[in-house]
Amino acid sequence: MKTAKKEKTIPKTRISGLFEDLKARGEKALVAFITAGDPDLAATKDIILTLEKSGADIIELGIPFSDPAADGPTIQASSERAVKKGVMLPDVLGLVKEVRKESEIPIVLFGYYNPVFTFGLKKFAKAAKSAGADGVLIVDLPAEESDELKTELDREGIDFIFLVTPTSDDRRMKTIADKASGFLYFVSVTGVTGARTQVSKDVSSYVKRLKKFTDLPVGVGFGISTPAQAKEVASYADGVIVGSAIVNKIAQNSASDGLLKEVGDFVSGLKQGIGSN
Amino acid sequence: MKKMPDKLGHFGIYGGRYISETLMPAVMELEEAYAKWRNDPGFKKEFSYYLKEYVGRPTPLYFAERLTKKIGGAKIYLKREDLCHTGAHKINNTIGQILLAKRMGKKRVIAETGAGQHGVATATVAAMFGLECEVYMGEDDIKRQLPNVFRMKLLGAKVTPVTSGSKTLKDAMNEALRDWVTNVYNTFYIIGTVAGPHPYPMMVRDFQSVIGNEARKQIKEKTGKLPDLLIACVGGGSNAMGLFYPFLDDKKVKMIGVEAAGEGIKTGKHACSINGGTVGVLHGNKTYLLQDKFGQIVDTHSISAGLDYPGVGPEHAYLHDSGRVDYTPITDKEALEGFQTLCLTEGIIPALESSHAIAYAMKAAKKMKKNSVIIVNLSGRGDKDLNTVSKAFNFEI
Repeated sequence: MKTAKKEKTIPKTRISGLFEDLKARGEKALVAFITAGDPDLAATKDIILTLEKSGADIIELGIPFSDPAADGPTIQASSERAVKKGVMLPDVLGLVKEVRKESEIPIVLFGYYNPVFTFGLKKFAKAAKSAGADGVLIVDLPAEESDELKTELDREGIDFIFLVTPTSDDRRMKTIADKASGFLYFVSVTGVTGARTQVSKDVSSYVKRLKKFTDLPVGVGFGISTPAQAKEVASYADGVIVGSAIVNKIAQNSASDGLLKEVGDFVSGLKQGIGSN
Repeated sequence: MKKMPDKLGHFGIYGGRYISETLMPAVMELEEAYAKWRNDPGFKKEFSYYLKEYVGRPTPLYFAERLTKKIGGAKIYLKREDLCHTGAHKINNTIGQILLAKRMGKKRVIAETGAGQHGVATATVAAMFGLECEVYMGEDDIKRQLPNVFRMKLLGAKVTPVTSGSKTLKDAMNEALRDWVTNVYNTFYIIGTVAGPHPYPMMVRDFQSVIGNEARKQIKEKTGKLPDLLIACVGGGSNAMGLFYPFLDDKKVKMIGVEAAGEGIKTGKHACSINGGTVGVLHGNKTYLLQDKFGQIVDTHSISAGLDYPGVGPEHAYLHDSGRVDYTPITDKEALEGFQTLCLTEGIIPALESSHAIAYAMKAAKKMKKNSVIIVNLSGRGDKDLNTVSKAFNFEI
């Protein structure tokens, strides 16, 4: 059989629609990660709406987990605070539902496998759909173990987003690209999440290599924390993903009245960086 | 029964590989290296050489005559892994893994440790082969296992305290995974138990199977038959897998894995993943875990740091479901009784982990006929636990 790139009959999702629109306008996506429930669920909703107003195109909403082994200190601490507040997967789904009353911004549920597995894969896919989530990314679920969840997400028309890393060779890039939908998340470093001072020069060539195996948009994340870094990454990727830097801003200002303004200003700055290419 | 796991590391529904993509190529590289070397005559010869000349194998299978007499039932034999160099079975596995690391050209090894026995065993082989070594250990475990921390430092390892989460073994494993993902190109992660992503559960089991292979031969020489019952403690479960695996196809040999019941399963303060847990995914594999209904991992408790872990190796999960092995709880209190009894009857100070197996053997032997034979895996010696035990018995050292 010819391995022509798959014609997907799945209806256009908010995520693929967004990337098409951006492409038509010659723009790149800003993807913002935050942990649901840090500092609390009501604040997270306001933060999401602020992120959207400030230029974020996609929200990655972290599902709190007790053992975030792929995360650096910032998101570990954030996840721990949310777990301590008792924010669990059903609460995160409830939050998405609340956001949907006021916003159409694409939302990716982002987390570790155990809370999702424990909730039940089928039930999760249905609940995520009915809440209004658009995509799912599970950090510790590599392509090889993903079929069961993929079946359920496909059934609901939810995009399944995968990580591709500097250690992924051509064969793995292809395997992953074949399973993914929505976009691909290229991890810019071998390491855990967390703000870094520099983005490696090699990343653009990795992204170029990855593009050989997919028509999906490619977002780049891990370590991006400044408008200048965002600008650089946007010059070769379809999306710029920022997590720890935003989570840090939230942590630093969580007790202050200026929380939303601080986060909004920071994200506007990133967006301007991306747009200045 | 002995053909598990499948190609992707599944033991029935358990095991597998649940790790971030960055680590996938690393575990696949390890899988290839292990497949290449495991049956290589040169590798096997070198592994046997160090087990014999350095670790001191074979370890004795000792007939605990006075203990047997005191209990008054089945004959109790002790597989003396406490006599291994470094004081526990852990070194069987670290020798195997460091020989692989060397062949793979890795310059640095990392490990997680709970009681410190695996950390010491890793630091030991790293020193012997001249590799850089960093060991992650929960801050709470560092407090209760200080002698082992000092031993690792003497052996040239860097011991990094882990302050996140419950500050015990599971958090040390999280931190080791974070290190590995960061230093994946030059670092070999020596996992200390039959858990983690494939091929670790299989590979660690294979390296530890020397325990069961020796015991099988020794018991036949001593008694002319196979044993009726095998008993071993189970945290992650490497000493138990090592003893059980060579006997899995001997249908008449019963096996009991002893879990740490802490203050009792009903109190919630325990570490019985099989007897008190549910299926989930953590640290690279699917298995029984101690977790809440939302899939958050909960704090565990055991007087023994080496059993204080919220999961269990996936092959144990499989052996439990299949009914081949029974898993049973023993409390802190019972373990301390086992500890004391072995000290006083046999002049052997066992590790608190192994004391759980002793305690269950005392219960089981009583109900068995005098010509029945039990093998207990005495997985480690108790020197590291003197502080904990002195507190429990209220006497000063």
